[in-house]
Amino acid sequence: MTTLELKNVTKRYRIRGAGDILALDDVSFTLTSGRTLALVGQSGSGKSTIAKILTQLERATSGEILLDGKPVPRRGRALRRYRQQVRMVFQDPFASLNPYHTVRHHIERPLLLDHVVPREDVEAEVVRLLERVRLEPGTTIDRRPHELSGGQRQRVAIARALASRPGLLVADEPVSMLDVSIRLGVLNLLADLQRESNLGVLYITHDLATARHFSDEIMVLNHGTVVERGLADDVILNPQHPYTRALRDASPDPERHFSGTGTTAETRS
Amino acid sequence: MRFFLRRGAFYLFTAWAAITINFFLPRMMKGDPVSAYLQKNQGKISPEAIDSLRTLFGLDSAAPLWRQYLDYWGLMFSGDLGRSFSKGLAPVAEVIAGALPWTIGLVGIATVIGFFLGTSLGALIGWRRGSRADAIVPIATFFSTVPYFWMGLIAIALLSSTLGWFPASHAYSKGARPGFTLEFITDVIEHGALPALTIVLASLGGWVLGMRNMMITVLDEDYVTVAQAKGLSPRRVMVSYAARNAVLPQLSSFALSLGFIVGGTLVMELVFSYPGVGKLLLDATTAKDYPLIQGLFLVITLAVLAANILADVAYAALDPRTRQTEA
Amino acid sequence: MTHEPLLTVSDFSVVYDVDPPVEAVRNVSLTVRRGEILGLAGESGCGKTTLAYGVQRLLQPPAVITSGSAVFHDASGTDVDLNTLDAQQMRAFRWAKASMVFQGAMNALNPVLNVGRQLGDVFSTHRPQMSRGERAEESAGLLDLVGVGRDRLRSYPHELSGGMRQRVMIAMALALKPQLMIMDEPTTALDVLVQREILEQISELRHQLGFSVVFITHDLPLLLEISDRIAVMREGRIVELDTASTIYHHAQHEYTRRLLGSFPSLTGDRGAFVRGTDGTSEQGSVVTAGEASR
Repeated sequence: MTTLELKNVTKRYRIRGAGDILALDDVSFTLTSGRTLALVGQSGSGKSTIAKILTQLERATSGEILLDGKPVPRRGRALRRYRQQVRMVFQDPFASLNPYHTVRHHIERPLLLDHVVPREDVEAEVVRLLERVRLEPGTTIDRRPHELSGGQRQRVAIARALASRPGLLVADEPVSMLDVSIRLGVLNLLADLQRESNLGVLYITHDLATARHFSDEIMVLNHGTVVERGLADDVILNPQHPYTRALRDASPDPERHFSGTGTTAETRS
Repeated sequence: MRFFLRRGAFYLFTAWAAITINFFLPRMMKGDPVSAYLQKNQGKISPEAIDSLRTLFGLDSAAPLWRQYLDYWGLMFSGDLGRSFSKGLAPVAEVIAGALPWTIGLVGIATVIGFFLGTSLGALIGWRRGSRADAIVPIATFFSTVPYFWMGLIAIALLSSTLGWFPASHAYSKGARPGFTLEFITDVIEHGALPALTIVLASLGGWVLGMRNMMITVLDEDYVTVAQAKGLSPRRVMVSYAARNAVLPQLSSFALSLGFIVGGTLVMELVFSYPGVGKLLLDATTAKDYPLIQGLFLVITLAVLAANILADVAYAALDPRTRQTEA
Repeated sequence: MTHEPLLTVSDFSVVYDVDPPVEAVRNVSLTVRRGEILGLAGESGCGKTTLAYGVQRLLQPPAVITSGSAVFHDASGTDVDLNTLDAQQMRAFRWAKASMVFQGAMNALNPVLNVGRQLGDVFSTHRPQMSRGERAEESAGLLDLVGVGRDRLRSYPHELSGGMRQRVMIAMALALKPQLMIMDEPTTALDVLVQREILEQISELRHQLGFSVVFITHDLPLLLEISDRIAVMREGRIVELDTASTIYHHAQHEYTRRLLGSFPSLTGDRGAFVRGTDGTSEQGSVVTAGEASR
């Protein structure tokens, strides 16, 4: 059971000549094993800042980040152990994989670095991880990223994230760069893995529809502030905050459109 | 506006740093060639000239350093760079001023011609990628890879000695009387044509290649396709959309090469016995003429700085994004 | 909307002449009707953009049009076969009769020319008799029309937000009152709120000015809302073409259904992948099979 807690986190960027920019304003939430939380917002809402703070690529200006009740270490071995527990899946699977290395190398590295399994079992563990992300180990293990499709690359990135057996996974727009017909496949895979390993998942996205179906809860972020949070269906079907409502009404929704009961202005003539 | 102020401050700082380094360098040198020279030539040098040389080279160790530094700046502002040992104790400023116009005139004009010609050619070749115009690229590259002195000698042998089209050396004919007469100017142009031609040929390849590659990159940009979809004439698409963007990276290289003009192209000046700054620097070095060397360093540094300012201004004029004040 | 055709594309094929050759568009035939919004849906690499560029003859080598024709039925009553135009005539046709709006990112506008110059370009090319003042006035009017405002005439692209840049693109596309506007992923790079505003604006302008739109995107839900008819493209072919409502309710082709199923419904249950049951991994494997064919 792993719990990550953000308490009153604020992030300020000081920009020369333009004063301060408040990227996050007093944000608090808890990510727990076995639960999926969606963080929904438009570009500039602060959702990427949260991802950077969770992976300690950036430091919060104020506020606390607690892993199982203990503050997140800032450096050294302890930070490594933290990162072992909280893993990232990035938006662009091509940029996040090194083009010179094979699939085997990408997955082996965290296994060896974090001593997850004894050296002699590493090969078997790589195969097991590839099977977990529904990739055929025999045909993929010696390939390099450019020999794989976008969806396969993202599966490799997920396998790599799972290698250190984390309790929590931060997925920052994991499917928005993929072709539409394979997006659900990758999301379904993440959902399956989440259940199998009882992972806590933070799903960062701009897409309300997948957020609703993929997660237990949704948190809506606007200009660094959480404007609404609640159970996924509640937030989408019965939004309380005007901003959430505006987002929902602006998102394409053929079902509402064809049933004619929607609140969207008719855009057809 | 902020942009210009910040850049201005930066250049002032750089100029200050360059001059200050020039002040400290001779003070850190071992030995004292200048005092030795002064001793040897006692009585030949006027007391004022000795004073300025002492300040320039830090020989008046009696005065405190800050005093020396202030005096040094005083000399800089009055344009007194000391006396040249190898040029009959003529003021260094005058010696340099005698060589500078020849270098700036010849190398400057040749560099500018090379840039414009090479860039235009590169733009055209890039625009027609895959056509027969591509053949120009290896030819231009060939000229920029052959050793310059070799090309210079071949040019002299071929165009001067054999065909007799151009004079082989010097900036003007022996008997010519310098002045703004048509006769003299024609003579100078005749003498300059061959070295200029070789400089243009040698520099062309780089400009052609750089511009062609940037053109090909820019041609893949959406705004070029938009321009075509708008039905603009090919000429307009090529000039205002493709070349206009592709030329921006060329500008920084151009500024650098402008800065190097004042340094002169030593090999060219040797091959053609041209009385420029490069040859002056070589003479000064062999003669251990320290005041002249120091003066030349200063002038070259300032020239590189000036070229950079020029590039900045050009960049700001051509690329609106650099003018952007930070948001 | 009428059933009167505006553009008839028949048996259109484009091949990328590389080794081995890639058939990007294969024997496509379709008709754009006067005043309609025709959605062109498909995933990356399906040939939808190549088709649009091909019709406008904007393709660069190694792309080659290997067969077919595109006939434009002008409002004046004359039919123009685009393949028979020479380069000069084609340039005159472009933008005046059929303009294009490209993806909303930075790149569609020239970064070193101000917005006014880029709008004015269109007039100085197609209406050389216009004076400088008339051009400026016309450009300013266009910026007002799309809600950017004439005070932005002297702005450079980097000084505008993504939404504003896209509005400028639309203003530019409207400049010559074309009968057809081809929009290639015009809102993909934008946030949904901005996207919705721009879609509404396009719809309103179409009402006022009566042009037809070919709207190209991978976002099928969006197309279902804004299009009159939708063509679904896959591997260079149109696999299905019908009204939006028919595509949504009674899709015939298996691929169309799969594409529809790829977008979980925002407020309904349709297309939802079911959390907490075992049905999901099965669906996952189906999707993997499709991925392999990519």
